[in-house]
Amino acid sequence: MNTKIDKAQVRRVAQLSRLELSHEEVAQFSTQLSAIVEYIEKLNELDTEGVEPLAHCLPVHNVFREDLPRPSLSNDAALANAPEREDEYFKVPKILDDNSGA
Amino acid sequence: MDTVKQLREKIAAGAVKSVDAVSAIFDRIEKIEPKVGAYLSLHKEQAMKRAEQVDAKIAAGESVGVLAGVPVAIKDNMCTTFGTTTCASKILENFHAPYNAHVVERLQAADAVIVGKCNLDEFAMGSSTENSGLKQTLNPWNIEHVPGGSSGGSAAAVAAGLCSGALGSDTGGSIRQPASFCGVVGLKPTYGRVSRYGLVAYGSSLDQIGPLTQDVTDAALMLNVIAGHDERDSTSISETDAPVQDYLADLESPVEGLKIATVPQLNAGADAEVQKATQAALEVYKSLGAEIVEIEMPHFDYAISVYYVIATAEASSNLARYDGVHYGYRSPDANDYVEVYSKSRNEAFGTEVKRRIMLGTYALSSGYYDAYYLKALKVRNLIRQDFTKAFEQADCLMLPVSPTTAFKIGEKTDDPLQMYLADIYTIAVNLAGVPGISIPCGFDERNLPIGLQIISEPFSEDKLLRIARMYEKETDWHTKRPSF
Repeated sequence: MNTKIDKAQVRRVAQLSRLELSHEEVAQFSTQLSAIVEYIEKLNELDTEGVEPLAHCLPVHNVFREDLPRPSLSNDAALANAPEREDEYFKVPKILDDNSGA
Repeated sequence: MDTVKQLREKIAAGAVKSVDAVSAIFDRIEKIEPKVGAYLSLHKEQAMKRAEQVDAKIAAGESVGVLAGVPVAIKDNMCTTFGTTTCASKILENFHAPYNAHVVERLQAADAVIVGKCNLDEFAMGSSTENSGLKQTLNPWNIEHVPGGSSGGSAAAVAAGLCSGALGSDTGGSIRQPASFCGVVGLKPTYGRVSRYGLVAYGSSLDQIGPLTQDVTDAALMLNVIAGHDERDSTSISETDAPVQDYLADLESPVEGLKIATVPQLNAGADAEVQKATQAALEVYKSLGAEIVEIEMPHFDYAISVYYVIATAEASSNLARYDGVHYGYRSPDANDYVEVYSKSRNEAFGTEVKRRIMLGTYALSSGYYDAYYLKALKVRNLIRQDFTKAFEQADCLMLPVSPTTAFKIGEKTDDPLQMYLADIYTIAVNLAGVPGISIPCGFDERNLPIGLQIISEPFSEDKLLRIARMYEKETDWHTKRPSF
């Protein structure tokens, strides 16, 4: 079996991606991502010495505008899709434990 | 079935009432939609009200927009203040956008009637609409086959007559390929031609909105409505850099001395029937006096590798916003803040979305950035240079849209790499930012449509559409519709 990206690497990338993958998914992604990355390495056939990286296909420049206040979403509209809210806030589980001294 | 232009003319002249046209569409939807599954949501009440308003305006002699009273559909990755904007993802299943996308504002300002929002591969990631987390869409020509993707719902809706025209989005072929699989016209404009404001982001340097329509004229008409600068998208091109044209004005004038570039080496990779149809289309152009120039695109073969690094890298960043905190799904089993992210995301994202987030995160991670991401950006430059050289020798490039016609449902779902490889003809166009159109050019032995792809230089949509129209005038493929 192809293991260019082994299960430990899959778990590490999953952690960076904030995805709690199942054991089956870790195994499946190890195989599939290995095959895909191996294919992508075709790029190494090309000599790109001196070639500029192209992040954007058309010439782009900074777009400036006056920093003026303008209408924006009301608190209620901004909170309308919150999975959980309390008053004017997004509510999440506690991020510090009780003994953290915070 | 009337095209957008035909119906608009009848409505504006008072010969047909918009309420009758829209009501007829909903009757047809009731009958055919259960067989096709093109829509994620329908908005009948609002649509009928809007149609009445347009009819009232016309009765009162007021001027009306260029899409007055015409029933249209949009892909469900475009934000609307009505209904939900789901991206066919469980993570956004109940999401109500607080604002309208720029293109939605434009449709409304043109007095269009939006009848519903169409299915797609989750977050526009896929080539068959099988990655939708909410619904399966079937190809109206043969329901055992996929409609293509990711704008499969929009393409199927137009092909099945469930709207007059539709909008889709194209990151690696997601307008052109489903258009070809469903036998309709699909236009991906130049990057920056249409504002992406309110289009849920997938690969921000590649995403572009465009029309899926019954014919080339309607594509020009709908591009007239949606094209133009919008300060809310900083990559939207300014009027001084590239003025919007009236894409209908010269549509009927053939391009004099047309030179078409083809890449025989690339065409050879397509199925025999697709090759034959592409060749036959070139013969039609030759008979119209066009000159065919055979060229090479030496870096075209690397486009898939480049795309699946750049698009996934951008996706991994764009989709980081789905955190289970501000909007979207939150796992009921999340006990701490890390689990709010990681459980919510894992439970609500589909497999393909996770795969692409993982791939992009890997390509951007420490130690791999130079080898994959930076390398891909450099090859992207080489691919763009291939296009620049091609357009020095010819007015346009003609290629197949896809190596095959619509494949069977389930045929490729177990092998993501095989699915990616089928994007060979469309992907490079997004990497170079140039415009491309798919027009119907035949059928295979199973009566599944084949598309011809025409590509031209940045901001030359007027010429691109004229070239497409030259072919359309000579053939009747675009008039064929599936029977129900």
